Amino acid sequence: MSFILQNLWLIPVLPLLAAGISALLKRPNRSLAAGLAIGSMGASFLLSCMAFAATHGKHGAASRQAHNFDWFALGDTVVRLGWVLDPLTAAMVVMITFVGSLIFIFSVGYMSHDENFTRFFCFLSLFAAAMLGLIIANNLLLLFMCWELVGLASYLLIGFWFHKPSAAAAAKKAFITTRIGDVFFFLGIVWLYSETGTLLFYDSGRGCLEQDALAKMVAHTTIGGLAASSAIGLLLFCGAIGKSGQLPLHVWLPDAMEGPTPVSALIHAATMVAAGVFLVARVYPLMEMQQAGVSEPIPLTAVTWIGALTAIFGALVAVSQTDIKRILAYSTVSQLGYMMMGLGIGGVAVGMFHLLTHAFFKALLFLGSGSIIHGCHEEQDIRRMGGIQKFMPVTFATYAIGMMALSGVPLVFCGFWSKDEILHSAWHYGPSKIPFFLGLGGAFLTAFYMTRQMCFVFAGKYRGGHDAAHDDHGHSHSHGGAHSHDPHESPAVMTLPLQILAACTVLLTLVSTPLWPWLPEYLLGEAAHVDAAKLFNAGTLTLLVVSGVVVAGGIGLGWWFYGLLPAEKPDEKDPLEQQFPEQFAWSRGKFFVDELYAATFVKWNARLGELCHDLDRCVLDLLVSIVGWTTTGCAHVAKLFDEFVVNKLFDAGCGEVRRGAEAASELQGGQIHQYLRSIGVALILFVFILAVGCNK
Amino acid sequence: MLAWTIYLSFAGALACLLMPRANPRATRAVALGTALAGLFCALAGALQFKPINGLEVVTHVRWIPALGIDFSLAADGISVTLVLLTGIAAVAGVLFSWNVEHRTNEFFAFFFALIGGVYGVFLSLDLFLLFVFYEIAIVPKYFLIAIWGSTRRDYAAMKLALYSFIGSGMVLIGMLAAYAVSGLASFDLQTLAQFSFTPEFQRWAFPLVFVGFAILAGMWPFHTWAPTGHSAAPTAASMLLAGVVMKLGAYGCLRVAMTLFPEGLKMWQHELAALAVTGIVYGALVALVQKDFKFVIGYSSVSHMGFVLLGLAALNIVGWSGAVLQMFSHGIIAGLLFGVVGRMVYDRAHTRELDKLEGMGLMRAIPFAAVTFVIAGFASMGMPGFSGFIAELQVLIGAWQAFPKLAILAGVGIVVGVVYTLKTTAKVFFSDKTEAAESHHDHHAHELEPISVQERLGAALLILCTVIVGLHPRLLLDLIVPSFQSPLFDGLRKAAGL
Repeated sequence: MSFILQNLWLIPVLPLLAAGISALLKRPNRSLAAGLAIGSMGASFLLSCMAFAATHGKHGAASRQAHNFDWFALGDTVVRLGWVLDPLTAAMVVMITFVGSLIFIFSVGYMSHDENFTRFFCFLSLFAAAMLGLIIANNLLLLFMCWELVGLASYLLIGFWFHKPSAAAAAKKAFITTRIGDVFFFLGIVWLYSETGTLLFYDSGRGCLEQDALAKMVAHTTIGGLAASSAIGLLLFCGAIGKSGQLPLHVWLPDAMEGPTPVSALIHAATMVAAGVFLVARVYPLMEMQQAGVSEPIPLTAVTWIGALTAIFGALVAVSQTDIKRILAYSTVSQLGYMMMGLGIGGVAVGMFHLLTHAFFKALLFLGSGSIIHGCHEEQDIRRMGGIQKFMPVTFATYAIGMMALSGVPLVFCGFWSKDEILHSAWHYGPSKIPFFLGLGGAFLTAFYMTRQMCFVFAGKYRGGHDAAHDDHGHSHSHGGAHSHDPHESPAVMTLPLQILAACTVLLTLVSTPLWPWLPEYLLGEAAHVDAAKLFNAGTLTLLVVSGVVVAGGIGLGWWFYGLLPAEKPDEKDPLEQQFPEQFAWSRGKFFVDELYAATFVKWNARLGELCHDLDRCVLDLLVSIVGWTTTGCAHVAKLFDEFVVNKLFDAGCGEVRRGAEAASELQGGQIHQYLRSIGVALILFVFILAVGCNK
Repeated sequence: MLAWTIYLSFAGALACLLMPRANPRATRAVALGTALAGLFCALAGALQFKPINGLEVVTHVRWIPALGIDFSLAADGISVTLVLLTGIAAVAGVLFSWNVEHRTNEFFAFFFALIGGVYGVFLSLDLFLLFVFYEIAIVPKYFLIAIWGSTRRDYAAMKLALYSFIGSGMVLIGMLAAYAVSGLASFDLQTLAQFSFTPEFQRWAFPLVFVGFAILAGMWPFHTWAPTGHSAAPTAASMLLAGVVMKLGAYGCLRVAMTLFPEGLKMWQHELAALAVTGIVYGALVALVQKDFKFVIGYSSVSHMGFVLLGLAALNIVGWSGAVLQMFSHGIIAGLLFGVVGRMVYDRAHTRELDKLEGMGLMRAIPFAAVTFVIAGFASMGMPGFSGFIAELQVLIGAWQAFPKLAILAGVGIVVGVVYTLKTTAKVFFSDKTEAAESHHDHHAHELEPISVQERLGAALLILCTVIVGLHPRLLLDLIVPSFQSPLFDGLRKAAGL
């Protein structure tokens, strides 16, 4: 067994140790806490690179190794845990530790004024540990445990500024919403265990993702004609829906932006929300099991459609938002939809490819927005920004790169290639062309809303300066100085991660074009080679042109609406609103999904609770009380009975006895002749009786 | 060693009673000593535990030979697990009642009489002896609530006592019927378990005894004593009530009703599971709308005990071992929750109404309580890494094999569990209503006395237990699972087709 396989567990455990130690630190130990967190992430990054090297160059089954050990006895079997090292694991851990380290470094600057700095790094490390554990897990149960821990860390970090009621509410909402998906996930695990008797993914032929178990599950038909494999796949996908903010459980993700911006970048853009996508990729052998009589694997069909609908839905809402982070949040929802669609249609490599590229440019965008917010004194409303590129040139340049990658500007940005890969496979999707057009529409809208955001933030002149007085955060005072109202560029500790991420966004392109599709092929455990023919066959080129044109259209239209005449005042009406007031209202209101849920599930739940409560109070307690009253009533009746019947009888009986006694005592007069008379009478009677008796 | 837990507790009760009234400190010291000694005996017993055929006989003395009643104590892994739980709960209970000033010696005397009875129930191998200890445990409960309780304590104490005695009555009838019908002239559980009662007899005797015990386990719809009882009880009594007394009921179901009448369980399995799942969902829903902090936890106990009953009804070893583990886990977690609510919050804030607590900024005033409650809350909602997760996982796997649809409903209960826990946590600890009221909060915050060392120790002990078991469940599962191979469970295994 290779060194790295044996020590793969160190990758999550190092950040966990950092979290444990910094939990014990006192508040003033800021640099120690930050140093521990960043150092452990750096060390994990090095280990991840070793893991990467170990999987690189191996192909097929040889690219996957697993290490398992016993955990506890479950009934008469033993639950075993373990970790797995394959390209999927290696690519993810490298991405997470790399992006994570950069975000940690950024946080040192961003959180520098926060009094709970130490606790922040403790939580961040805890999150990183759980996330890395989730990636390396070779057991669905271990994966689920880390999955929940990730949710816990997310809860703690969203609610980090719990004194803001909106943050506390958002944390609660995020946890509960994802937990709804998790319960189905959990039931899927239980079912999977009942079917296969194991939860290990790979166990030299005996794992639940290996041939024997899969064949058994697909042969077993259950409720509704679904094969067990399909039903379990769907349940597991429910967990992914919750975690990855897919319809209809997307509502928590935009609210989660109440957390500090580095958290949004790390958790709600690059890593945690991608865990759902990763889960689908991890259990892909199960998801793609095809049951007899159905042309496409049912779970994958669900993945495709949910993904496609989410992709267009997120983009539609993002068009009209005004909070810089919320725009990015809805964009994340939309991009996660793309990834799901890619998984459903094109397979692991297509979906994961977009996940990896997206992690880089979305982290870049979020950190950029953090830098902007920091520079603009905690302002998040894009209508109160404008002309910021003068003040923040580095942020502007890097943000522009991220924006172009997200929009899918052709050729030099990795986002273009990964998105194109998805559209390409969607074009060849057998059952329907609708996902393709939804995806294309989403691409157009993405280009449009990102241009809108760029124009609002960077074009025109600064609109926030004069009424920044409403900003009553203690935070802004510390910036001090005469220019306290003008935005300022962030310190190097914040801009350096931006530059590195921007560079990566461009450099990743080199390994991801169809010309040399090294990254996607690596994910599949296949060797990549330069193949010019791939670029030119099967309409690849046509599709490149089409998506290029669509993106250009989106950007052009965005520029035409927002760039030509930048807004002058913060409270101006949105140009789009003037054109399409009704549709705009729907989009601005996020299609009122939150309101719908509040009016239905949340209310029903509370009603049901009230009902049960009343049932307890009014019926069950009443019954108990009735039993009580009946008993007391019976007691009273018994008492009355005693007083008036039993006692009376008793008294009466006593009276009789007394009278009898009196009568008897009269007999005992002490006069001998009376006694004798009595005896004589008795004797006579006795003899008489005997005589009668004997004569019979 | 295990038998000493019983004797020591009763001796401790007597010692507490005899301590001078004027010196509550000495009484506390004696109490803590007794509890620690009990825990030590339990631990030593667990370490030395060497079962033969799944059972270790501790003591066997003839008691009333004419009726076939023996003073016979024995332990299998299930008993050992629950004895350990009792030991831990007793220590934590003493630590959390350090501030009892009113008639301290009587308080601890009742406390240890209760504990002694509980130890006795978990260790009895004789049905009659078990019943005697069961009754011994019930009586002090009444006094603890009626004398040291709070809100509507007379009502609560009476309700609790009535429910308990009705349950006992049912158990007694079933027990005597079994004694008479078997004709073995013995109350020995092992002997009775070997006897196969006729199915007709089991059809009515099983539900009688099972429900009789399950009343104390908070089975829906006989659960309403639990929330009122928990809320009215003083902190330590709520901890014991939820922590160990409810387990007496569940233990009785497993040890008596199920082993004696396995066929009966098979006949009533689905009805029981339906009641259990109703309890899970219903308890969680009601907890959602409570306005009193303790009632929330009280109803959550009903919900969690539903998992125990569901596991028992599953009729397979995974479900049973999950149920036993859930007994342990819930005992620890509920104890912790009641400790925070009763001792840390109520004794300081003097209110349990969520609306009033909301304005107090408790996170700032008593951060330790907030952190403890958050941890306990996550443990209670079944987060991986805590004992509840492993237990509920096993119960669900067991239930899935027997009744998948009900398992899904139980999953719904888990979701609601998350909702009420987070809602309550956010409301009590993390809501500073307005910035303007801030100064007022700070002012108020200073009035609350800081969390004492004893509370910290108690909380740490309980958290440690749930985490250790959560991460290394083998510690207990290696005790519990082999127990089901003992001759006591022969009939049950046969009924389950194992």
